[in-house]
Amino acid sequence: MATLAVTAERENYLNKEYGIRSWLLTTDHKRIALLYLASITFFFFIGGFFALLIRLELLTPAGDLVQADTYNKLFSMHGQVMIFFFLIPSIPAVLGNFLVPLMIGAKDLAFPRINLLSWYLYIIAGVIYLHCIVTGGVDTGWTFYTPFSTAFSNTRVIEAGIAIFIAGFSSILTGLNFVVTIHRMRAPGMTWSRLPLFIWAHYATSIIQLLGTPVLAITLLLVVFERAFNLGIFDPTRGGDPLLFQHLFWFYSHPAVYIMILPAMAVESEVVACFTRKRIFGYNFVAMSSIAIAVFGFLVWAHHMFVAGISLYSALIFSILSYLVAVPSAIKVFNWTATMYKGSISFTTPMLYAFGFIGLFTMGGLTGLFLACLGIDVHVHDTYFVIAHFHYIMVGGAVMGYLGGLHFWWPKISGRMYPEGWGRLAALLVFAGFNLTFFPQFILGYMGMPRRYWQYPPEFQVLNVLSTAGSTILAVGYVLPMVYFLWSMRYGKIASDNPWGAAGLEWQTPSPPPTFNFDETPEVTWEAYNYEEIPAPAEVNVER
Amino acid sequence: MSEHIMSSKMYYTIWITLLCLTVVTAAVSFVDLGPFNTVVALVIATVKALLVVLFFMHVKYTSEKLTKIVIVAAIFWLFLLLALSMADYGTRHLS
Amino acid sequence: MSDSPIAIEQHGPEHLHHFADAEQQRDAASLGMWLFLATEIMFFGGMFLAYLVYRSWYYNEFAAGSRSLDIYLGTINTAVLICSSLTVALGVRAAQMGNRKLLVILLLLTIVFGFAFLGIKGVEWYQKYEEHHIPGRTFNADDLVRDYPQIHIDQRPEQIYFSLYFAMTGLHALHMIIGVGIFVLLTFHAWKGRYTPKYYTPIEIGGLYWHFVDIVWIYLFPLLYLIDRKPLR
Repeated sequence: MATLAVTAERENYLNKEYGIRSWLLTTDHKRIALLYLASITFFFFIGGFFALLIRLELLTPAGDLVQADTYNKLFSMHGQVMIFFFLIPSIPAVLGNFLVPLMIGAKDLAFPRINLLSWYLYIIAGVIYLHCIVTGGVDTGWTFYTPFSTAFSNTRVIEAGIAIFIAGFSSILTGLNFVVTIHRMRAPGMTWSRLPLFIWAHYATSIIQLLGTPVLAITLLLVVFERAFNLGIFDPTRGGDPLLFQHLFWFYSHPAVYIMILPAMAVESEVVACFTRKRIFGYNFVAMSSIAIAVFGFLVWAHHMFVAGISLYSALIFSILSYLVAVPSAIKVFNWTATMYKGSISFTTPMLYAFGFIGLFTMGGLTGLFLACLGIDVHVHDTYFVIAHFHYIMVGGAVMGYLGGLHFWWPKISGRMYPEGWGRLAALLVFAGFNLTFFPQFILGYMGMPRRYWQYPPEFQVLNVLSTAGSTILAVGYVLPMVYFLWSMRYGKIASDNPWGAAGLEWQTPSPPPTFNFDETPEVTWEAYNYEEIPAPAEVNVER
Repeated sequence: MSEHIMSSKMYYTIWITLLCLTVVTAAVSFVDLGPFNTVVALVIATVKALLVVLFFMHVKYTSEKLTKIVIVAAIFWLFLLLALSMADYGTRHLS
Repeated sequence: MSDSPIAIEQHGPEHLHHFADAEQQRDAASLGMWLFLATEIMFFGGMFLAYLVYRSWYYNEFAAGSRSLDIYLGTINTAVLICSSLTVALGVRAAQMGNRKLLVILLLLTIVFGFAFLGIKGVEWYQKYEEHHIPGRTFNADDLVRDYPQIHIDQRPEQIYFSLYFAMTGLHALHMIIGVGIFVLLTFHAWKGRYTPKYYTPIEIGGLYWHFVDIVWIYLFPLLYLIDRKPLR
């Protein structure tokens, strides 16, 4: 039965104050999380729109939908929007912002005003980038490689560079806030070994944001300076080395992929534990592997440059290191799987996303190892094999982690349940659509179809058509949650404090939480994932 | 954050030392030490930096281990960037 | 409940509501600034990589370019920044002791030193402009070729040295300008009596930032000005 808001609603962070000023000038981490939710969803659909145009063009071998120059802009902006304005912020800025203080028993993040500043920097960056899009866009590839970006491109490189530079500082400030909060503001009794693995993973993510993003910032700044002031740092005609740009760029951009996946792994740990009703197997290993991923992730960047002209010896070093970085990720996959063994499993929407995540992330990760092998990479570099690989991780992994997390914590965030039937349907559509879109691309790449080409030999058409068909299913799967989440805010079943019977401090405060999170500062005397002490809910989100 | 107040004498001593080291490093650059000119210049710069970090920024007097970890980690990360990049540049002539 | 106005204690700026106590707030602010400085190390670090690579490739051009910088102005500027670090450190001490007048004087002195540095830097940049050493269309290093015939330089990578010179000193100067801005704010608040021995955190963390900018220059000076000043035969 549809329930409207009950009379005499308890005061919470949503109804404490109304009006646009109370939202735009808020310092409440929970409201800021929702501000981010709205903004990144907006950019997700912009990036998705570019993707749809790409897939439409690729329905036919000829370049017949858009011109080649336009196609270059499409894939460049699809990448930049999706990475910098959707994936990098997504889980940390939405779920991390909302949950980190709650999970550790704090009233807010360490620096609430810097948190708001972080969002405004994101918005300013987004507005600048939108202006870039409508005034001609950028065609350098999301990677801004020199000297094309500095000397030859006729598109809005400076504007895009400045926008992403500013977005980078938004990311840095979020990371800074999380690290200080986790070190300094844990509730009494919340020792490091009692922290949810969600916190460990976000801590690791924040380290990457802090140490890697500044290098991207300086690199983009140098590109902007070179273009604007005719400096010669990357100009080969004046003795500059285009590879220097690539070293600097990938020093950030490889760890950036771990910024995108670690938070999804954070969600995975929480969801798997809850819907198997067990402590995550090998807690210490999972916690340490998050840190290991953050550290090792900085040691492998030149695997993006194997065929660019680096020395063979450095290629060997980076290849070996790239194999090593897979180990901590694999440890996590084994541990999640081991958790499920003899667990009491419920196939709720978040758990469906979690299952999808494990399988798809594993495939993406394994194909990364193929690419780490020098011999194979020579063959498949710059082909659709690479595109399939990273979409398996970023979409099959990160986006599904994000959606799973949104569903899992939706009751806490909104005080409402989403409709479970629709949730499961959307999850299945996303899974099916995703695989149909991207699995053919592995084959295409292996067969030799290059990436970033707007036309292709006719023998590749069948697989491309399948891929495009998949993308339409995927699109439906993404639109559905938008619709029913909005629907649920008015008509969804009212959620209890802990509808999933989950462990974690965030579930011990009302749904939605009061502005200062806890009526009294919690004192923690129990270990994380104490499921043996928590009764399973009588019914898990059964729709009436 | 250390609470006890440093003597101003300490600050003046460090200040004079820094100024002297500045003059020394400028003067030494005119002397031909072969490849060691660069080494000496960087060593002096590092000593100066250490004096600022330890004394002006109070790191010598803080009981906060995390501060030192952050500083060491940042320097180490910069070193990673430089060293692994030079793994490429330093071996290009070999292949 | 704890949200009722009566139950919330009124704290001063030293203990904002979301912190458990003033000590937690101080420790958070300190850690936050140190982490920010760590990001700044990586930010400047990218340019240090560029410098490292190109100096190893184009040593002659770097040496010649370095000689063209005014060592006296560079040394004076280094001394200016060191003096400013002294005034900052003494300022923190004045705040700790609750000496408002002394604190304001020292903060003002710091700002004066900051402007002095920027002024001298402006003079140096203007010199480069006059000498046609600004990279791009107007670049001309004939003077270096003429003045240092013993150093064989190629004018094209000579532009790389000067590109890095302007990028590195430019970004450093930008950080100085921001620092001066921060200190203007601090001076204003100090003059208003906002800082006491109980609460002087902004002075302390502002000081940390200023010292960091000083340290960057401590490295830039030898790397840009002192590459090779040996007497030429």
